[in-house]
Amino acid sequence: MKVLKIATAGSVDDGKSTLIGRILYDTKSLTDDKLEAIEEKSKQRGFDYLDFSLATDGLVAEREQGITIDVAHIYFSTPSKSFIIADTPGHIEYTRNMVTGASTAQASIVLIDARNGVVEQTYRHFFINNLLRIKDVVIAINKMDLVDYSEEKYNIIKGEIEYLASKSEYKGQNLTFIPLSALKGDNVVDPSENMSWYKGSTLLHHLENLETQHINDASQTRFPVQTVIRPKTNEYHDFRGYAGKVYGGDLEIGEEITVLPSKTRSKIKSIHFFDKEYTKAKSGSSVTITLEDNVNVSRGDMLVKVAQEPTITKQLDATICWMDKDPLQASQKYYIKHGVNDGQAKVTYLSSIIKTDFSGIEENPSALELNQIGDIQLKLSKPLLVDPYKENKSNGSFILINPKTNNTVGVGFIK
Amino acid sequence: MWFTYIKDMIMNQKTIQVDALESEAIYIFREVQAQFEKPVLLFSGGKDSITLVRLAQKAFYPAKIPFPLLHIDTGHNFPETIEFRDRLAKELGVELIVRNVQDNIDSGRVKEESGRYASRNMLQTETLLDAIEEFGFDACIGGARRDEEKARAKERIFSVRDDFGQWDEKNQRPEVFDMLNGRIDLGQNVRVFPISNWTELDVWSYIKQENIEIPSIYFAHKRKTFVRDGMIWSAADEVVYRDEEEEVVERMVRFRTVGDMSCTAAVLSEAVDITKVVEEIRDSTISERGARIDDKRSEAAMEKRKQQGYF
Repeated sequence: MKVLKIATAGSVDDGKSTLIGRILYDTKSLTDDKLEAIEEKSKQRGFDYLDFSLATDGLVAEREQGITIDVAHIYFSTPSKSFIIADTPGHIEYTRNMVTGASTAQASIVLIDARNGVVEQTYRHFFINNLLRIKDVVIAINKMDLVDYSEEKYNIIKGEIEYLASKSEYKGQNLTFIPLSALKGDNVVDPSENMSWYKGSTLLHHLENLETQHINDASQTRFPVQTVIRPKTNEYHDFRGYAGKVYGGDLEIGEEITVLPSKTRSKIKSIHFFDKEYTKAKSGSSVTITLEDNVNVSRGDMLVKVAQEPTITKQLDATICWMDKDPLQASQKYYIKHGVNDGQAKVTYLSSIIKTDFSGIEENPSALELNQIGDIQLKLSKPLLVDPYKENKSNGSFILINPKTNNTVGVGFIK
Repeated sequence: MWFTYIKDMIMNQKTIQVDALESEAIYIFREVQAQFEKPVLLFSGGKDSITLVRLAQKAFYPAKIPFPLLHIDTGHNFPETIEFRDRLAKELGVELIVRNVQDNIDSGRVKEESGRYASRNMLQTETLLDAIEEFGFDACIGGARRDEEKARAKERIFSVRDDFGQWDEKNQRPEVFDMLNGRIDLGQNVRVFPISNWTELDVWSYIKQENIEIPSIYFAHKRKTFVRDGMIWSAADEVVYRDEEEEVVERMVRFRTVGDMSCTAAVLSEAVDITKVVEEIRDSTISERGARIDDKRSEAAMEKRKQQGYF
C-alpha cells in the first residue's frame, strides 16, 4: 500500500480538527464506538452538530480548552492509498510542533478561515512549508458556508497567497486552492452543490491523486551506517555487515562505493534483508550490506557512490528553528545529531532572525527565542558528511541537543 | 515500472520491495541497539509484541536479537499466551525475563482490586517499574500504536520517562525527520515504539504476509462466555468475577486484542484463519480498543495510566 504523509496547519478556530474529523467520518474511518463517543460528548456540551474535533484532541487539557497542543497522528485509508495526517497546533507558541509534524510530510494542508482571510498565522504556516520545501501544498479555504459560498472571497484569498508565493525562494512548490466547509462537508470528500463555480477536485480526491514519492527519493544515494552486525556464530564467523537505511538512489551488488569519512574505496559484495540476499536495494529500504574489502566502518560512517560525495566539513551555515525556552545565543555549545552521527557544536555566529511573516530579517540579534527562525554558523568537534537541505532533506538537516537537559532544542537546515 | 521489471528479469536481479512501515521499524530497532546500554523488549504474548519480535529479528539478522524479552505477568493471562511465549523465547534463543504482579500483591506493595470489575491491569505498572530498576533497563521497547487510542496518538517514538516512569505529555521532545534523540540522565528511561505508525490492519496484514505464528485465542473458537455491559467476557477461568445471574453460554468467539483475562473482551467471530481475520478487521465497524474494558473507565483512562508509568 502506498503511504502519503500529510501535515495540517491552521490558526486557532480555523476548524482543522473539524476538517480531519470530517474526512474520517466521510471516508467511514470512524468506527461506531468512536462515533458514539463523539455524539455523546457533543450532546453533553450542548452542540446541535457533531463536534469532530473530539476525534483528534487526545489530551485532557486539549479537550478542556478546546485547542490542540501537541502533534497528533491520524490514520485512514481509501482503496488506493494509506494516509497519515500529522495534525499540528496552530498557536504561535507551537511553531516547533508544526515543524516537527511537517518535517517528513510529502504534502501539507494550510487552513484559512474564509471570513478572516490571510492572517499572521497563515504567513507563518506558509513560511514553514517553504522552509521545509514541501512539494504539494493545499490551501484549504474553510468555512465557505459562513461567507455565502462567495467566489469573490475565495479569489481574494487566492490572490494574496499567490503574491506570498511570488516572494518565496522555493519555486518548486505546487499550490492547490480548494474552497470548502468542513462542518457542512462541502468539497471535503463529496463535491459541493453550493459552489458550482469551483471546477477543481474535492480535497480527498486531490490527496488521492498526489504522488507518494518519499521526501528523499530524488536525491543522491546516501547510506549512513547505523550499526555493524557481527553474529560471531560458526555459520557466520567472518560476517561483517553494515546495517542502515538507503536514502536516495539504488545500491547494487558489485557497485563501487566510497566509505566516508575515510575515503576508502570498495565494492558492494552482498545485500541482505533478513534471511535473503538481493542484488539491489532501493531508496527507503533498511538493509545490511557487506563489502569486498576488509575496511574499517563504524556507526556514523557513510557509504556513497563514487563521484557522488557529500561535503565533509567542520563548519556549518544553517537556518535554524529554535524549539526551547532557553534561547540560542552565540558561543553556546550543544550536542549535534546529524542523521545517525553525533558530535558537538559551538554557535560561532547568530547572523539574523528571519521574520516568518515575510517582512524581512533582523540583523545581528543577541538571541534566538523559542519558535523563532534564524541563520547561524556552527563550528563542529568533528567533520560531518553533509548535503545542502535543498538537495537532500535527510542529509541536509540536523538537530541540536542541550547538554544540560538532553532536550532537542533546535532543528537546522543546512545551506 | 515495467521496464525495470523487464530489466530485472533479464539480468536475473532481485530488488527488495520497500515497505515503508517495516523499514521504519527496523531503523528504530537499530537506533535503540546503537544508542542504549541496556534495552529490553516488553513482550506480552499479544500480536503487537509478536510482530515486534519479527521486526527485531529482521533488524539484526544473521545475529540474534541483542536484548532480552520482559514479560510482566499479571497471573491472569490466557494459558495459550504463556505457552506461546515460552516456546517463542526458546526458538529465538533469547533470554526471557518474567516478573509477576502476584509477588507485589503477596508482599503487600500493591492492593488488588475487588468486585465486578476487578482487574490487575493497573497493578502491572508497579511491577514494570520495579523490573526496570532491578535490571537497569534504559530503553523499553513496546508495541503501542498511535491509532489505538487518542492519548497514544500524541506519543513520540522515543518517549522519555523519569524515575517514576511518568510521561510528561506537555513537554515531549520534538522528533524531526529520522533523528531520534535517546540522550537521557541516569535513572531516566526511554519507552520506544517502533510500530507507532502502524494501524491494526497493518499489523494483521503483516502477520499474514510474513506467515507469523500467533496464539490460538486470536482465531475463532468455542468458549464459555457471559455478557456484561454489552461485552463478551470469558468465563473459562476462575479469575474473572461473575455474578450468579450472569449466564454462561458457549459462543464462537475470538480475541481481537489480548490483555489479561480480566480486561479483555471477546468478539463474536467465525474467522478461523489469518485470511479471515484480516478480512474481518478490514470490514470492522468497532475499534480495537472498543474491546478493552480498561479503557472504558473514563474518557482519559489511557492518558492517566501513561502519566503513571504504564506501558
